[in-house]
Amino acid sequence: MSTQQQEPEQPDTQEAPADPEMKGEESPQQKRLKRKEEDAAAREKAADASELEGETVLIKVFRYDPEVADKQEPRFDEFHVPYEKGMTVLDAVMYARDTYDSSLTFRHSCRQAVCGSDAFFINGKQRLACKTQLSDLSWPVRVEPLPHQEVVKDLVVDMEHFYEQMHAVEPYFQSEDLPGGELEEQRQSRENREKIKMSSRCIWCAACMSSCNIAAGDNQYLGPAAINKAYKFAMDDREEAELKEHRLRILEQEHGVWRCQTQFSCTEVCPKDIPLTEHIQELKREAVKKNLKFW
Amino acid sequence: MYEHDVIVVGGGGAGLRAAIAAHEAGADVAIVTKLHPVRSHTGAAEGGINAALREGDDWELHAYDTMKGSDYLGDAPAIETLAKDAPKDTITLEHWGMPFSREEDGTVSQRPFGGLSFPRTTYAGAETGHHLLHTLYEQVVKRGVQVYDEWFVMNLAVTDEPDPNDRTCHGVVAYDVQTGKIQGFKANKGVILATGGPGQAFDHTTNAVSCTGDGPAMAYRAGVPLEDMEFIQFHPTSLPSTGVLISEGVRGEGGILYNNEGERFMFEHGYANNAGELASRDVVSRAELTEVNEGRGVKDEYVHLDMRHLGADRILDRLENILHLAEDFEGVDGLVEPMPVKPGQHYAMGGIETDENGETCIGGLYAAGECACVSVHGGNRLGGNALPELIVFGKRAGYHAAGKDLGEAQIETGYAEGVEEEGDIDLPIEPGEAGIEPATGDAVADGSGQVADADAAVERAVEAERERVDHLMDKDDGVQHAEIRAKLQKAMTADVNVFRTEEGIKRALKVIRECREEYQDVYVDDPSRTFNTDLQQTYETRNLIDVAETIALGALVRKEFRGAHWRYEKQERDDENWLKHTMISWNGGKPSVWYRPVILEGEDKTYEPKIRSY
Ligand SMILES: Cc1cc2nc3c(=O)[nH]c(=O)nc-3n(C[C@H](O)[C@H](O)[C@H](O)COP(=O)(O)OP(=O)(O)OC[C@H]3O[C@@H](n4cnc5c(N)ncnc54)[C@H](O)[C@@H]3O)c2cc1C
Ligand code: SF4
Ligand code: FES
Repeated sequence: MSTQQQEPEQPDTQEAPADPEMKGEESPQQKRLKRKEEDAAAREKAADASELEGETVLIKVFRYDPEVADKQEPRFDEFHVPYEKGMTVLDAVMYARDTYDSSLTFRHSCRQAVCGSDAFFINGKQRLACKTQLSDLSWPVRVEPLPHQEVVKDLVVDMEHFYEQMHAVEPYFQSEDLPGGELEEQRQSRENREKIKMSSRCIWCAACMSSCNIAAGDNQYLGPAAINKAYKFAMDDREEAELKEHRLRILEQEHGVWRCQTQFSCTEVCPKDIPLTEHIQELKREAVKKNLKFW
Repeated sequence: MYEHDVIVVGGGGAGLRAAIAAHEAGADVAIVTKLHPVRSHTGAAEGGINAALREGDDWELHAYDTMKGSDYLGDAPAIETLAKDAPKDTITLEHWGMPFSREEDGTVSQRPFGGLSFPRTTYAGAETGHHLLHTLYEQVVKRGVQVYDEWFVMNLAVTDEPDPNDRTCHGVVAYDVQTGKIQGFKANKGVILATGGPGQAFDHTTNAVSCTGDGPAMAYRAGVPLEDMEFIQFHPTSLPSTGVLISEGVRGEGGILYNNEGERFMFEHGYANNAGELASRDVVSRAELTEVNEGRGVKDEYVHLDMRHLGADRILDRLENILHLAEDFEGVDGLVEPMPVKPGQHYAMGGIETDENGETCIGGLYAAGECACVSVHGGNRLGGNALPELIVFGKRAGYHAAGKDLGEAQIETGYAEGVEEEGDIDLPIEPGEAGIEPATGDAVADGSGQVADADAAVERAVEAERERVDHLMDKDDGVQHAEIRAKLQKAMTADVNVFRTEEGIKRALKVIRECREEYQDVYVDDPSRTFNTDLQQTYETRNLIDVAETIALGALVRKEFRGAHWRYEKQERDDENWLKHTMISWNGGKPSVWYRPVILEGEDKTYEPKIRSY
């Protein structure tokens, strides 16, 4: 079974377990590992790559350019790319660009899933092109820009709105209560670091935002990535209680956490396996505990 | 024309740190970067930041290790500055909320790294760079520093006095990738280049696609010398198929290297009888390739790095990211199998010559980070020493550019009378410029002495780039950059790699020359001004040609073996003749080579070169 055929995780209740250390439950880390193992097994079986060796993959790539006459009407171009074991979708589009059409445009840089610039809609799902093996997909492979974002050209979407939402949650450490000496660090418990660890992995790829129905319908909704970014600060014990409350106030406003309807689409597409929905739920509970206004 | 006090080119670790410092010093600062800051390559750094924070360690030990690691080609004033400033600058990151890994008592964790006499590598899992980059970007947002993201800097605006030491940099020319608009950016106080590494000069590299040496190429053509370019670090543990890096942290935590006979070759074949896997990177890279060359490699290509014995708990706690990388990019599960690894281009020790304050010989022009060479890494960078370089020298450059007094620098910059020069280099070809008609030679500083005023310098530079772009876009047939780039990368990997021979380097130089010639006929096929990556990469390829040429040229003239630079003909370090930096200046459209002595005198001691054994 390949990744894209996996059933999305279904939420059984509103109150998904939020505490990663919870007894009896699998921690997000265990879940991730399990999924990785399944993926690996699936990959081995599906690909049995030697079988595919020498084959050609057909990729169908979305094209659009507001400036160029024959690209003003969006269309798909087809490219035949020779397949090699281990090849990713990014490798394929780069091959197409360098070999057939140098005007084929997309963002990419690190090709190791850390710069977050090559999230596309691949075979109907938001994925990082550099992290997606061709052997995991059914062929032909369709590559489109992220849905719900304005297309600038080909696979490039306008990220401005996404950045604005990220900035809207005041995404910076604000503690005033720093140790006196410039050589003395603040203390943070291992448990507390562990608690914020997953949230700190976000690479701003916007896959989650693009997959979220609520964000698509409500342009002002902060969206899963920004809320997760705020989670990282709100849960960091190094910031004082008043600051945490200030952060919760930003989050519980009209277009904040309460918009989330726990559809789990963000969690499902996040290439960094961040338990976004769980984080949003946990923030809702925090807001309730603090008796903050309920919209 | 946009105008700011300080313009920082690049939004990676060095650029962001410089911008924060310039802002703290009261300057109106802007960052102009071809990628949005959080996309910068600093985000890929895994292992950690060296800083002497703990009892039993001190900055002098850090400086000593660094000097030794550099194979005595580092300059003591720079190295001592790095070691002294790193602790407080690292703790500043903690104060800004960076999520470092923690000890039981809540203090930040440190781990051992190659070539260090104390476990002083401070880390955040195996994704230190990601956290560093994001933490710095957060502080930039907090301070409201203006960021022009997805603006590609094409050239510097420099006045054109005949002597580069008399020139002044007044700004840059950049184009907005989204719209294609070309604009001048005037800097009233200074321009700081923080454009990162040139890894794309090689075809097997751990570096991002954006690492194209733009800063060094631009500074070089404006008259700043490039220093020690031959010293390219090859990292011993990159994944064979993609070049993705497996952090040295794996060996730091106890990972073991095996050959195809299951031998722990670092010990069993005597490459490093004390430090074993934790010998410095050049030593381990050569050991691996020797194993492969002698038939003990796996599939004749790589060796195995095994971390299974560390146990799942420890791996998950400290190296989880490595599991994901090995799985996603090589299809290997590090918990149950050893990982395949081989050396890959990783880091440029050389770069734009600067002093400890980040200043170059051109007035108002600074450089920091991997694109610069203050000379802290010399012949070989110790793992975990690049990130402190970004924050220490990024900060200093930012302060200095904004006008803060950091005291007189001890390192001199710029070509000076009486330096030792390489006379006739025995070259297979005449190196030369790759200009594009009609803006030939991009002579923003062509020595004609006509442009002295700031606005005029910026305007002229803008005009030259507009012409150049028009030319590239109007031309409707010719060669495409991708072809040239691939050819260049292949030649560099084949012949200017871990093991180097005179014949090989000359072969590479010939190919580089061919690339230059082909480049005369380059054209941009994409007719659109919107997000034209074809145009951007055409510019980048030209920068790669210039940088690759200086790397190969440096490698050719340095006839000794030091640090990462190994020469078949001369397999020994030659302190008598080569305790000096290789400097390459762009003079009248072609490179000239000269030397500057290494500074071994520190604040209160002199570092005596010793045999480097691990
Ligand atoms: C995989 C990997 C792992 C590493 N791990 C470690 C480690 O554990 N510890 C350590 O100390 N070091 C490590 N290093 C080295 C270290 O990470 C790099 O040297 C360092 O991050 C470089 O930072 P920088 O700010 O100089 O450049 P970058 O982060 O590459 O930033 C360059 C910036 O310049 C911009 N730019 C470039 N050209 C232009 C242009 N023409 N116009 C406009 N903008 C431009 C880019 O957009 C980018 O924002 C690692 C390196 C790699 C590749
Ligand atoms: S939370 Fe995940 S999907 Fe969303 S932007 Fe961050 S990394 Fe991407
Ligand atoms: S290229 Fe950087 S995340 Fe894919």
